[in-house]
Amino acid sequence: MILGWANRFLKLARNSAYISHRYNSTNKRINKLLIANRGEIACRVIRTAKRLGVKTVAVYSSADKNAKHVYMADDAHYIGPPSSQESYLRGDKIIDIVKKTKCQAVHPGYGFLSENAEFADECRKQGIIFVGPPASAIRDMGIKSTSKKIMKDAGVPIIEGYHGEDQSNEKLRNEASRIGYPIMIKAVRGGGGKGMRIAQNETEFMEALESARSESQKAFGDSVVLLERFIGEPRHVEVQVFADSYGDAVHLFERDCSVQRRHQKIIEEAPAPGLSQELRSELGAAAVRAAKAVGYVGAGTVEFILDRATHSFHFMEMNTRLQVEHPVTEMITGTDLVEWQIKIASGERLPVTQSGIKLNGHAFESRIYAEDPASGFLPGAGPLKYLKTPVPTDDVRVETGVGEGDEVSVHYDPMIAKLVVWGNDRAEALMKMKSKLSEYNIAGLETNVNFLISLCNHEEFAAGNVHTNFIRDNYNSLFVETHPTEHQLIEAALSTILLEKNHVKDYNPFIVEAGFRINHNHQRDVKLIFKDHEIKMLIKIINSNKYSVSLDNGETWYIVEAEIQKKDSESIIKSNIDGTITSTKVYCDSKQLTMFNENGKIEFALPQVKYLTEDSEESSTGVNKAVAPMPGILDKILVKQGDLVKKGDAVAVLIAMKMEFIIKATKDLKVSNILHKVGDNISPYAVSIWKGLTQAHNNECVKISKTNPDYIEKMLIDVHIVNERSFHCYMKCIYEKLNFMLPNGDIDVNYVLEKAPYMTRELTVKCAMEAKRVEDFCDKAYNVMHCVIHNLSEEK
Amino acid sequence: MLRKFDIILKDTKVIKKYLHTNSANIIKSQCDTKSSIYKKNYEQMYGLVSTLRMHTDDILQGGGNKAIKRHTSKGKLLVRDRITLLLDNDSAFLELSTFAGFEMYGKDKINAGGIITGIGKIFGIDCMVVANDATVKGGTYYPITVKKHLRAQEIAQENRLPCIYLVDSGGANLPNQAEVFPDKNHFGRIFYNQANMSGEGIAQIAVVLGSCTAGGAYVPAMADESIIVKQQGTIFLAGPPLVKAATGEEVTAEELGGADLHCINSGVTDHYALNDEHALFLARQTIKNLNKKPISFEYETESPKYDAEELYGIIDTDLKKSFDVREIIARVFDGSEFDEFKKKYGETLVCGFTKLYGKTVGIIGNNGVLFSESALKGAHFVQLCTQRNIPLIFLQNITGFMVGRQAEAGGIAKNGAKLVTAVACTHVPKITLIIGGSYGAGNYGMCGRSYSPRFLYMWPNARIAVMGGAQAAGVLSQVAMNSKGEKWTQQQIDEFEKPIRDLFEHQSSPYYSSARLWDDGIIDPKDTRKVLGLSLAAALNHERKSTNFGIFRM
Repeated sequence: MILGWANRFLKLARNSAYISHRYNSTNKRINKLLIANRGEIACRVIRTAKRLGVKTVAVYSSADKNAKHVYMADDAHYIGPPSSQESYLRGDKIIDIVKKTKCQAVHPGYGFLSENAEFADECRKQGIIFVGPPASAIRDMGIKSTSKKIMKDAGVPIIEGYHGEDQSNEKLRNEASRIGYPIMIKAVRGGGGKGMRIAQNETEFMEALESARSESQKAFGDSVVLLERFIGEPRHVEVQVFADSYGDAVHLFERDCSVQRRHQKIIEEAPAPGLSQELRSELGAAAVRAAKAVGYVGAGTVEFILDRATHSFHFMEMNTRLQVEHPVTEMITGTDLVEWQIKIASGERLPVTQSGIKLNGHAFESRIYAEDPASGFLPGAGPLKYLKTPVPTDDVRVETGVGEGDEVSVHYDPMIAKLVVWGNDRAEALMKMKSKLSEYNIAGLETNVNFLISLCNHEEFAAGNVHTNFIRDNYNSLFVETHPTEHQLIEAALSTILLEKNHVKDYNPFIVEAGFRINHNHQRDVKLIFKDHEIKMLIKIINSNKYSVSLDNGETWYIVEAEIQKKDSESIIKSNIDGTITSTKVYCDSKQLTMFNENGKIEFALPQVKYLTEDSEESSTGVNKAVAPMPGILDKILVKQGDLVKKGDAVAVLIAMKMEFIIKATKDLKVSNILHKVGDNISPYAVSIWKGLTQAHNNECVKISKTNPDYIEKMLIDVHIVNERSFHCYMKCIYEKLNFMLPNGDIDVNYVLEKAPYMTRELTVKCAMEAKRVEDFCDKAYNVMHCVIHNLSEEK
Repeated sequence: MLRKFDIILKDTKVIKKYLHTNSANIIKSQCDTKSSIYKKNYEQMYGLVSTLRMHTDDILQGGGNKAIKRHTSKGKLLVRDRITLLLDNDSAFLELSTFAGFEMYGKDKINAGGIITGIGKIFGIDCMVVANDATVKGGTYYPITVKKHLRAQEIAQENRLPCIYLVDSGGANLPNQAEVFPDKNHFGRIFYNQANMSGEGIAQIAVVLGSCTAGGAYVPAMADESIIVKQQGTIFLAGPPLVKAATGEEVTAEELGGADLHCINSGVTDHYALNDEHALFLARQTIKNLNKKPISFEYETESPKYDAEELYGIIDTDLKKSFDVREIIARVFDGSEFDEFKKKYGETLVCGFTKLYGKTVGIIGNNGVLFSESALKGAHFVQLCTQRNIPLIFLQNITGFMVGRQAEAGGIAKNGAKLVTAVACTHVPKITLIIGGSYGAGNYGMCGRSYSPRFLYMWPNARIAVMGGAQAAGVLSQVAMNSKGEKWTQQQIDEFEKPIRDLFEHQSSPYYSSARLWDDGIIDPKDTRKVLGLSLAAALNHERKSTNFGIFRM
């Protein structure tokens, strides 16, 4: 009987390749998968696993306790503190959990352990399926020289170069001719562009070589150089490949990831624009050769550097994991690469042959990051106070691991989401990307959404003229200074008023008739801060949805009808200004107002009341001395004459009523006089222990400067900066409010000179040269000024 | 047979449907907005309202540009900005008696009486704000300032509204001290009221934003909680000059009574504020901690079916021309609904129930001179509302009770007295609005100032006097002729009567009335619903008191 069943099964198996393959893999089938990752990729993998009926186990660090992937998985296990070194990179802990939860496989996602050969090895040893390539492939591709050698042997074009020890002019020139021009001569010890020259042709070569050598000798005390083929405007084009454990491999076309900032991708697309069909096939074939050459299994990406002008391409490296930007490939091929990964890991064959993979349409992916593009794409972190995404459809994918109220943690990558769109062609997809980006509304922290939209709107980008220096070369046209329009200002001002209305159902006339005044229109002034510039608007309330608004201090008035509509926790201000009706999404909290439009968002800071930031207990008189609160014996004096103390510092200890009382400084002060000594019996209240003389009025200056730099600036110039403290305050307020940094982070020397009359050019330049950060500059400038003023006063 | 029954059944269903609707009670307006008389009226009222708003704008300038500059240069906020910050962002402000002191002191413009009073919400709680305007004569108390301050306290006491005093005043205006200091309802009464309100559990909060000298020092000192602004607020019984004169001690104002002194040493003030904004923030916190619940208005209400601005066209500014008070009701109350009481009896007095912002109110409005029947009907209706604890709203447009032999014989005096008794004794909230004339005993029966309505307002067309100017002049010329035993020609009569008529005309104007606080404000007719609604909301803070009516002479 059993034999009979088995026979029948075998027969069936023989009849169909697919089923025979199934049969082969029964002993490896995955029905429970651990995802050794976090964020959007963990969510992405869980989603496919669930669809396939595979149970999922998530891991999390203490920073991710409430993260989305934890809730999406069937089970979640704690693996350690926030630092990835102690959590997501702890392969040992992850393997323990795999065993404990009886998972058959681990999906590493990208980053963390995804390209860790030791981990892949350890998994194999423990009988756990590592969803990824064999450890040997990871190892081979992880070492640049090895990978290049393998690729060269497999007939994949690589960047030609010369790294030899023979540094004779003759040898180098010959090598250069072999490699071809233009060529890059690079000091082996070099870095940061020093000791690097480019020779366009043979005649330039010798001069460039000498120049590179001498510069390198001066800078690094060594003149050894290497040669490499120079590609002027390179494009970053990569091919998605997939291989199974039966030796078959296919490619799923290429992606263009040329547009990068800080050497990180920001927007990716598939297929790469402007490639001929032949080149595409060539790239694909080369990538498949590469995959086969390393005995690859699973999803991999072969990265090429493509000369924008000549379309010649060279192997750069192979990424042995599923890439962040894999969705664009999925969109144009109609595949689910995670599904492929899981199936191939469980021993199945590739589901299709190369001819079965068709390229359809065009897809873009934008990476939405918590970062500030205007300050050199400085990464940010913080709470996502307000987050609304476009509605996902067949053509629009929102890949994210966070939602409103979550936090972008400092411990991990600051990527908030990936927005993926598909269109019939590139233009259609790009248009969709722009519109969907404008629906990705985030407030509370700085993001690159505005920048991405600006990028999508850029003519050169729209034309597909992309290369890796795109952002650097087009910096000025990508960062166009924008100012809110009058209508936007009006909407912003009215939003602050309309959004503060109590939306609790209360029909008390005092609330129904909000803003009503007897026989006159209630006027309210709204102040908004746009990029450190305060804008004042006058608003007269005519009735609950009609207003009169002036932007020029009452000279001209706009009559505006406006109301707030609430839709699915979104607030939309609908306004009618001079017959133009607009609807704008707004978000407001106690600190800022954000308006969303087709260019992203406009943010206004709301002025903060002083008493929230300032200590109200600070009174105006009688505080420049430390006073005993009650009679007692002075036990300790913790300061000496001339000490600088900060507010709250302990200055003395008093023993009274069997208790110790710590007497604290009431302000930042300099100790000028100590009136008592240890053991003195201090009589009540009025008696001072010491008197502070240098009343720190400068302290006030710093506080004022936070709100009104103009005022403090004027004041300080008026008093001609009398001492070093005031100078320090002065520098601080300049630093805080007045931007003396150039976009590249350098100090604007002329600006400082103009603003700080005591600084000389030499001093400023000296400080600027020595300082790495603005704070350093202030400190340095302070020290320098200290000496200058000291000398000045001695001369007097 | 069965079929017939079926029809009857259907009919009753239909009837039942109508029994449960309000549509029958909606006032059907007879107003023709196309008519020339409407247009003429509209224009005239529009003119009156424009004048009203123009005068108001003028008053809003406080002590004028120079004084404002001096005030703000010290870092102080203007009084109305202070009030705006003090109140909830979404609160209306029911300002009282803006016209106090209007044209009363000759060349001296004491705008708004130098003090702003009114009701607004703080953390949802209705509060009375009394705020000195230091730009007007240094915030000193003129006689009218005292009267306005006391009236605000009276309203607070009657309606149990927590009081917030924003003090910034130089104290009594010395040249006028005789009218400010000694009498029962003079300066001292302010502190008497503070003490007694505090005793009744009506919170008294003082915010010292400027000087608080002499008597003024008692405002924070008598308060339940007080706040003072550093280097702005000072409190002392005698200022530095007086101290020097009295004891020879030389001392600065700050040392004598500044925030540090009073928060650290004397304990006169409880909270230390860094500036005006901070002080107002702290004042709001004290209200939050009163442990008081706001009055709830839980039902969304329907606006009147007719446009309020049509009131302009309905009212003839010539008070001799009558109009149907129902047209007013239709433009003020919820959904223009009106359940009239004794519609066919004593038709010159219109009584009935309606709602204002969802709260049931009883309306008593004039549709002509009061007859015995009208008075009896009114007394009956006041009793009904009292029994049911329904607030009363009087729409006053009355030339008086009917005179003449027949009326006297019908007992108009005792019947009128019944209405007066009922109105005087009822303790339900009463709010009076003078929409036309307010003459003679009609003023009493229709809850004039002496009958302590919680609030009393006038429209800009209204007139108030013991009788009309023409009648008064007629009486006086008659008496003069009789006493002299002469018979005057028409010209002589006119010469005699003109100054009398002019005087009456001048003194019966709403501005004259409002300046002297005979009312709580002149209001734009189209704001009537809002003002009455806000007043009602404030009045509802005081729960019912039992009413004992006096003897109704039968």
